[in-house]
Amino acid sequence: MAEDPMEAIRATFFIECDELLAQLEEGLLAMEQGAADSETINSVFRAVHSVKGGAGAFGLDPLVRFSHVFETLMDQIRAGKVEATEAVVAALLRAADMLADHVAAARTGAVADEARSEQIGAALMALTVEGSAQAFEPEPSEIEGLDFKPMTIAMDGLSDDMAIDFTPIAFEPAAPLPVAEAGWVINFKPHNALYAKANDAALVLRELTGLGEATVTVDDSALTGLDVMEPRQAYMAWTIRLPGSVAEDDIRDAFAFVDEDCDLTIARDVEAGPEMAEAPADFDISALIQPPIAEETPAPDLLGSLLAQVQDAPAPAPQAPRAPPASPSPAPASPVAVAVAVADVAPKSDAAATGAAQAVIPQTIRVDLDRVDRLINLVGEMVINQAMLAQRVMESGAGKAADVNLALTELELLTRGIQDSVMAIRAQPVKSVFQRMPRLVREVGEATGKRVRLVTEGEGTEVDKTVVERLSDPITHMIRNAIDHGLETPAEREANGKPGEGVVRLTAAHRSGRIVIEVSDDGRGVDRVRVKAKAVENGLIAADAQLSDEEIDNLIFAPGFSTAAAVSDISGRGVGMDVVKRSVQSLGGRISIISTPGQGSRFSLSLPLTLAVLDGMVVTVGNQTLVAPLTAIIESLRPRPGDVRPLGPNHRVLQIRDEYVPLIDTGAALGFGASSLSPSEGVALLVECEIGRVALMVDHIQGQRQVVIKSLETNYQSTEGVAAATILGDGRVALILDIDGLVATHRRGAARSDVQSSVPQSPIPMALAG
Amino acid sequence: MSLTILAVDDSRTIREMLGHTLRSAGYRVVMAEDGVAGLEALELETPDVIVTDINMPRLDGFGFIEAVRAGVRAQSKPILVLTTESEPEKKARARAAGATGWIVKPFDPVKLIDAIKRVAA
Repeated sequence: MAEDPMEAIRATFFIECDELLAQLEEGLLAMEQGAADSETINSVFRAVHSVKGGAGAFGLDPLVRFSHVFETLMDQIRAGKVEATEAVVAALLRAADMLADHVAAARTGAVADEARSEQIGAALMALTVEGSAQAFEPEPSEIEGLDFKPMTIAMDGLSDDMAIDFTPIAFEPAAPLPVAEAGWVINFKPHNALYAKANDAALVLRELTGLGEATVTVDDSALTGLDVMEPRQAYMAWTIRLPGSVAEDDIRDAFAFVDEDCDLTIARDVEAGPEMAEAPADFDISALIQPPIAEETPAPDLLGSLLAQVQDAPAPAPQAPRAPPASPSPAPASPVAVAVAVADVAPKSDAAATGAAQAVIPQTIRVDLDRVDRLINLVGEMVINQAMLAQRVMESGAGKAADVNLALTELELLTRGIQDSVMAIRAQPVKSVFQRMPRLVREVGEATGKRVRLVTEGEGTEVDKTVVERLSDPITHMIRNAIDHGLETPAEREANGKPGEGVVRLTAAHRSGRIVIEVSDDGRGVDRVRVKAKAVENGLIAADAQLSDEEIDNLIFAPGFSTAAAVSDISGRGVGMDVVKRSVQSLGGRISIISTPGQGSRFSLSLPLTLAVLDGMVVTVGNQTLVAPLTAIIESLRPRPGDVRPLGPNHRVLQIRDEYVPLIDTGAALGFGASSLSPSEGVALLVECEIGRVALMVDHIQGQRQVVIKSLETNYQSTEGVAAATILGDGRVALILDIDGLVATHRRGAARSDVQSSVPQSPIPMALAG
Repeated sequence: MSLTILAVDDSRTIREMLGHTLRSAGYRVVMAEDGVAGLEALELETPDVIVTDINMPRLDGFGFIEAVRAGVRAQSKPILVLTTESEPEKKARARAAGATGWIVKPFDPVKLIDAIKRVAA
């Protein structure tokens, strides 16, 4: 993938932003609940700080500006200068929402609502400590207050027992200085601290020699004999002369890291020339170290390395005095590396370093989703192929051999194992959706004037990524609905003896191979009288229809149903629960509501864990092979002749134990034509659908199989009663039944010819079918 | 052998940028996401230069630098701190803790490499 690395990093930044915003939200909510521990506050601070850091790197200025103010306030809270009162936390939460907007805007290259940003930014500013501005003033000049100690530059301090032969050789004859400006004289005397912080005078000198033709003079007068030498102590001082043309800033820059750990003067040499001549002869520092010395030196760590580097530093000067002395390549096995390795007590370094490299590799890897999808597709093909192989083997008769059969079974287990593992790669916790909800709750609460607390549970529940992505809309709708229609105003609640603050619970859990999401509120519950009246008014049900409470509650999923007396801008018109229901159904899910007047409602949403495979019952209808989702099937049975009773001209019911359920001829409902078999010759599948139990008549059952779902919509078009298709072991395409859709089709077909009788019996599917 | 740089930062974005910049310059890069991970990395690695952020969970940059300077394995390794212009007091604290130098965020790849070259051989 030869994509632009910066683009990839930018993508990472936005992914990280999502995580940081979630961390921010989580921390702020904890603070809202009274958490005042430094870890919580710190994590909030860090989240904002990291957003700002990354934004800065990509030049996302509005984001940087806003996060800077936010960060400033958080920093003061962290330092205890500002108290995190309820009002402050509320402001921070608003700011977090704004920050999320800024991130979203930056992602698409758009501009966030600047007016709102300004306003929230100003509100944050107002909360910061007065006078905090001082804390952010630029640093005072770094050179102030440094003691200047004149240094003697002489050779005579050199102890005799250090048998070093300092050959006093000058650097290459200095090029004539520009007369216009006097040369620089820099006196530089490192303190011990300079070396303690792993800075190195030699490197500073190297930096300086890179600025221009430098003349470096060492003062080693403080140098002791090796016997008493303290390896970590600074003994030497230097005087560096540079041409006047060198910019002072560049010189100061060379000392930037060390200026607090040395005595330093940088001045124009007013009496240019003579003083320099009087100074002890300049010498080639490279002569400082000679092979014998290096061996004799009893590893005086720092000094050793120092000397080695000093030798290195000026070396290139004679050849190319103006070239930067450091090789641009970071690679060379330079003296410093060698020296430091010695100093670090021999045997570790390279082998150990490379050998241990993988130990610090992070525990997660990020993989392009396309690759995972490709893998999933291939595994899907493999599952089909494995099924085909099994079928061929069976057909050939070889499957009767026990060992072949065993091997096939093993292959099937293995295939399934691989498939599960691959699916697990795509599994994601629903947290990414849940964490968007607190903001929604705040906004809807504010807009409706209701006080709401959101409680979430089970956010670690994992489902396939594609399912996670599609959960957001239904959950958003359900929560909006719960607050807008479910919860009462604080005054109403208090009048009814409830706490003024309403609670909306959002939970997720795995239940028998599906994920169940519930949104419940402790509001007023469904007003059944009004719902029914409205349904009658809209012609959804007959005025005299006898409906159970549950049926009335479920009317709210009927298309275009809206009970809110005043259409608010929150739930709006047009996008009602019917839309939610349809989108849930398109995912192979179900939605239902349970309501208790005065105590609240609970929406329950159940979805398959993955949209890629399905456990199905393979059945034959006419000359077609169909697949019924196994999750919907309660049992299958062969009806006895007396169990099937006609109900009106177009309906039949099946008696199962003490219950009568509608009997649907699958072939007829799908338009294949009525089954040629009598019910007692076929098989009835008792299935659970949204209106309760229904029996589907099929000719016979082929078996239970896991099938790979191939979208019919993508490859053909959406078809009522059919959810998708799959490829069977024999290579044929089989349709996967959408049981709810099938039931609806059947009802509508029946209703068309028999409206009178069907309406009172099944008002809901009637309503839904439209 | 190329120099090894240990980069410690809790932000994945910054880590990726550091990694990209440093690797492009020919360095070998070892990453850690906070001070604790940084110290763990030092048990296995001998970086030539350490680059660290300040604000990190578990162990922040100050604590990390102090621990490195108090330890034996990388006591004398140059440590560069990632800092912003608006935090002079942090820079001072980092220096006091034993930082060798600093890189101003948002860092410029050229300056980052310069700073590393300045402290490494």
